[in-house]
Amino acid sequence: MKLAGFLLLLAGWGIVLCAVALLSSAVQRNGFVLAGLGVEVLGLVLTMRSHLAPGERG
Amino acid sequence: MTPLAVPALSDAGTVLCIVCILLVPCSGAGLALINTGLGRSRSAAHSMLASLCVVAVAGLVYFACGFAWQGYLGRPAHLVSISGKAWGWIAAEPLFFRGLKLDGSPASLAAWLQMLSVGLAALIPLGSGADRWRLPAACASTALLAGFTYPLFAHWVWGGGWLAQLGIHYRLGRGFVDAGGSASIQSVGGLTALSIAWILGPRLGKYSREGIPTAIPGHNAVLVLLGCVLALVGWLGLNSAGAILFAGIAPTAAVLIGVNTVLSASVAALAALMITRMRFGKPDASLVANGWVSGLVASSAACPWVTPAAALFVGLVAGVVVTFSIELFEVHLKVDDPGGAISVHAVAGIWGVLALGFFAYFPQPVSGQWVAQVVGAATLLGFVLPLTYGLNWLLDRFLPQRAPVEGERLGMDVHELGATAYPEFVIHTEDFLPR
Repeated sequence: MKLAGFLLLLAGWGIVLCAVALLSSAVQRNGFVLAGLGVEVLGLVLTMRSHLAPGERG
Repeated sequence: MTPLAVPALSDAGTVLCIVCILLVPCSGAGLALINTGLGRSRSAAHSMLASLCVVAVAGLVYFACGFAWQGYLGRPAHLVSISGKAWGWIAAEPLFFRGLKLDGSPASLAAWLQMLSVGLAALIPLGSGADRWRLPAACASTALLAGFTYPLFAHWVWGGGWLAQLGIHYRLGRGFVDAGGSASIQSVGGLTALSIAWILGPRLGKYSREGIPTAIPGHNAVLVLLGCVLALVGWLGLNSAGAILFAGIAPTAAVLIGVNTVLSASVAALAALMITRMRFGKPDASLVANGWVSGLVASSAACPWVTPAAALFVGLVAGVVVTFSIELFEVHLKVDDPGGAISVHAVAGIWGVLALGFFAYFPQPVSGQWVAQVVGAATLLGFVLPLTYGLNWLLDRFLPQRAPVEGERLGMDVHELGATAYPEFVIHTEDFLPR
């Protein structure tokens, strides 16, 4: 789950980069930039969840 | 002037810049005191020594290779061509400041400022790793931060890299801008703090087997509040010098920058005070201190381009968000962050970056600035966080970062230094016997 979370973070960033570089229409570009950010938020949630349940040490 | 032009500094401007840079170490001293005060008394000397060591390591590594990869506006960089547009990815300076004349030029001032700023960024993870982060590991982690993560992102923002070029290539406002380092310094440090907190895990006794957090209060509120005052002095210099050197702001704008910085910190602290007063019945000194610093952090990005009213709003939101964010991380996400570094630096820093997109006004009106700021924030979350986590995870394989259980029980002072910060803290019963 941790790896999937980090991969989603990277994928979201990739979407943002591609949107900026490839889309010329402002509406489409802004929409995909926000969508990429949304994917990153999903990745962050997944990463956070994968680090839950630390338990007691020692 | 265009956003990517090297600022032309008069003699007076250069002197002002030098004075501002001389103030920057105060921010580091402030953070060191805050981190130490919010930690346990049995790790206080270790915390202060670690602060000194990471600042030293950061400065040395930045001198050796950091500036070579960060560079400065108008200086050599490696470019990648995408759709016929050249994107700057990393600087191509010689190592060890060779090729840089230390003569008061904007590039030399920027290099000096960055040697200090990278130390400030390196201090931030010490807050989240307090009471359990081994000193050698902290130094090695700092070397990775100062030698790679920080310079790479700072090149993109301040060295004429692709984030700064978004305005020229894609008409996204003036490109990603961050005058005082909400993103380049604070968020990078804050996200590294999150990585460290994840890798180290919570302190011994912080969570019960059922996952319920135990309050481990800081040991010295006086140190924490003194640190806040020192941080303000340092931030005034940091925001002013950064705005002049990296955003091409006229030195006379230092007045506006100073007013905005003070307003943002003040309202953030008062917001945290009111919230803790309403929720807990009495103000919480540590959360108020965190609110104060979050206001400073959030003010950095936009300080030369917003009105004082907007700076008040930016600080207000930072102060409110940070108090809830600290609770979210501690109670619900089980992230043990004794210094509140993640919320104060990463969360407030990203808020500062986004706020610039909505509240900044420029001499020549531009559109799409908010998109450029969102792209910058997305880069922090989508690139910097995985990078800094990956580097520290790899480091942990070779050099375990967490102190052993026994060391944590004894305290980092005794375990790693062999002596405590407060040797006379021990109550000697014979002192109270009748004579």
